[in-house]
Amino acid sequence: MKHTISVLVENRFGVLARISGLFSSRAFNIDSLSVGETEDPTVSRMTIVVGGDERVLEQVTKQLNRLIDVIKVSDLTGENFVERELLLIKVAATPSIRSEIMQIVDIFRAKIVDISPTTLTIEATGGEQKIDAIIGMLRPFGIKEIARTGKVAMPREFRGKV
Amino acid sequence: MELTGAEILIESLKREGVDILFGIPGGAVISIFDRLYDEKEIRFILVRHEQAAAHAADGYARASGKTGVCIATSGPGATNLVTGIATAYMDSVPLVALTGQVGTPMIGSDAFQEADITGITRPITKHSYLVKDVRNLARSVKEAFHIASTGRPGPVLIDLPVDIVRASTDFTYPEKAEIRGYRPNYDGHPRQIKKVAEAITEAKRPVICAGGGVIISGAAKELRELAEKVQTPVITTLLGLGAFPSDHPLSLGMPGMHGTYYANIAITECDLLISIGARFDDRVTGKVEAFAPHAKIVHIDIDPAAISKNVAVDIPVVGDAKRILVELNRIVKKKERSEWNERLDFLKRKYPLQYEKSDKVIKPQYVVEQIYEATKGEAIITTEVGQNQMWAAQYFKYSKPRSYISSGGLGTMGYGFPAAIGAQIARPDAIVFDIAGDGSFQMNIQELATVVQYKLPVKVAILNNRFLGMVRQWQELFFNKRYSATFFEALPDFAKVAEAYGVKGLSITDPKDVRAAIEEAISTDGPVVLDFHVDWEEKVFPMVPAGKAINEMIERMA
Repeated sequence: MKHTISVLVENRFGVLARISGLFSSRAFNIDSLSVGETEDPTVSRMTIVVGGDERVLEQVTKQLNRLIDVIKVSDLTGENFVERELLLIKVAATPSIRSEIMQIVDIFRAKIVDISPTTLTIEATGGEQKIDAIIGMLRPFGIKEIARTGKVAMPREFRGKV
Repeated sequence: MELTGAEILIESLKREGVDILFGIPGGAVISIFDRLYDEKEIRFILVRHEQAAAHAADGYARASGKTGVCIATSGPGATNLVTGIATAYMDSVPLVALTGQVGTPMIGSDAFQEADITGITRPITKHSYLVKDVRNLARSVKEAFHIASTGRPGPVLIDLPVDIVRASTDFTYPEKAEIRGYRPNYDGHPRQIKKVAEAITEAKRPVICAGGGVIISGAAKELRELAEKVQTPVITTLLGLGAFPSDHPLSLGMPGMHGTYYANIAITECDLLISIGARFDDRVTGKVEAFAPHAKIVHIDIDPAAISKNVAVDIPVVGDAKRILVELNRIVKKKERSEWNERLDFLKRKYPLQYEKSDKVIKPQYVVEQIYEATKGEAIITTEVGQNQMWAAQYFKYSKPRSYISSGGLGTMGYGFPAAIGAQIARPDAIVFDIAGDGSFQMNIQELATVVQYKLPVKVAILNNRFLGMVRQWQELFFNKRYSATFFEALPDFAKVAEAYGVKGLSITDPKDVRAAIEEAISTDGPVVLDFHVDWEEKVFPMVPAGKAINEMIERMA
């Protein structure tokens, strides 16, 4: 099962190496990892998506907590949280089929951010399923390049019933 | 007042109460050594290999409970510390390692004697600092000592680029280390402690397993109080030896691969296992599925990550062993002896540790027993790794914490002799014996020069069987006696080697000379090497073959 782990860390050199080392030393594959500054410039947030059985994940969470540079670890899995990923995708697009691609872009509320005589580059944001879906829809046209940021996530504030 | 980085470092070390430093100088740390030259409050011990500096600082820490400090230059000096740092990491030893580094503008340029030592040691340090600004130096030292010595202790490395050490800044030493990501939990949760007390009351066949954490936390007295109050037998792991008196009626000795028969049976049959400051190492558990199969498991440990790592735990209590035991002793109900105690006493009588005595050839176990008797148990024993380590664990009856010093987790051959140097410095009046093998002793034999230079009366007892004995034992038992690369076709005369260094050396080949040689070593006012030529075929028993359940022990084999 996939887990989304949000980690607040000291914004310092070497921290990313410590965290990635912790995963690699346990022969544990990271699906995605994104890092960026938070509202406090001395703190960065890492959002790590990993797969693995519960026991290994519990151990990973505990090991993350042991790192001196780690301030807080939360496993968002099973909680109500917002997750988003940014996708840039370059698709083969001759003038004759551009409009067909643009329809798909509209459906997914994505954007065209670059155009050339033979390609379109599209920007999309969303949860993992939406990103996978748009890639799936564009695949038949011929995908030239893909860049994905990996997931960022945050728990929802309002957790009770409306 | 402005001080240089070197001055700040030395001042900061003094504020941390450091009065002893082990190491070797080199280009990148020459300014620090220049400052040490006039230093009166810090004694410097020049070892002969950086690995020994780390082990000596580790031995010092284990014998004293204080943080050990070692220093090495950049590049090879730093990489030579690595095994010592890893050894300290595995056994939770408070250690601060100082390394030189090339100047900050040169870092990453493959400069002369450059090594990315914070990178290399990342998985084997509790934390590390690469000081890139002299203004951060004092704070880094403060934090390093705080991190190394608190919570679950461990090694911290401070990498010091040469330009930082030479730069100057105002010196103020921080009063406190404030680290938002590091707040170890010391007080166990009262509800969890209550659950433990109830489990003890309900249990019919309880057993306590005490590890190195009991010694680190200084909880030996509280452990004894608990054991006696609830009449529960106590097993001590390799690193826990000395946490509970071996000659106490409730003591069951060591568990695991070379543990006692009755300790392993106790674990297999118990209905409650209370593990305190022990981490269920695979050498203790054997086959995990068959470990304590009938037991509810209580795990008291300061490191939350140790809980349920190897063995699923029913009642975890995270915190300091001493504080938790004080609270547990306060609330737990007194218990009387039961049938379970009778059964274990019976097993203890029926299956004692034993070996075949001989008056023709020296038995290694006999040497250890004689060291125990000659010192009346009042000695600090350090060990190398392998058969010597196990015999030293089995046949010396430890009664005090910090009297058995051995590389348990990493299993580092070459550890015992430099660790004995550190232990002797920590406890100048103690008799310190390194129980060694001929293989291990050769791995740091150069430190004979160090014990001479600093007049350290360390005694080395080599159980010399001309083999890498533990591997040979496995080859005999499991590899058809194919002794691949375990026999030393060339071996020095250790007594003569000792003499060449200026150390008294004795070779002993007859069992009847064993005791006299040990007595002579003890009464010699200086270091002594005793080269005991022992029965090369002797094996460590009992033995649980790798991957087997701990009650599937080999007792003896022809």
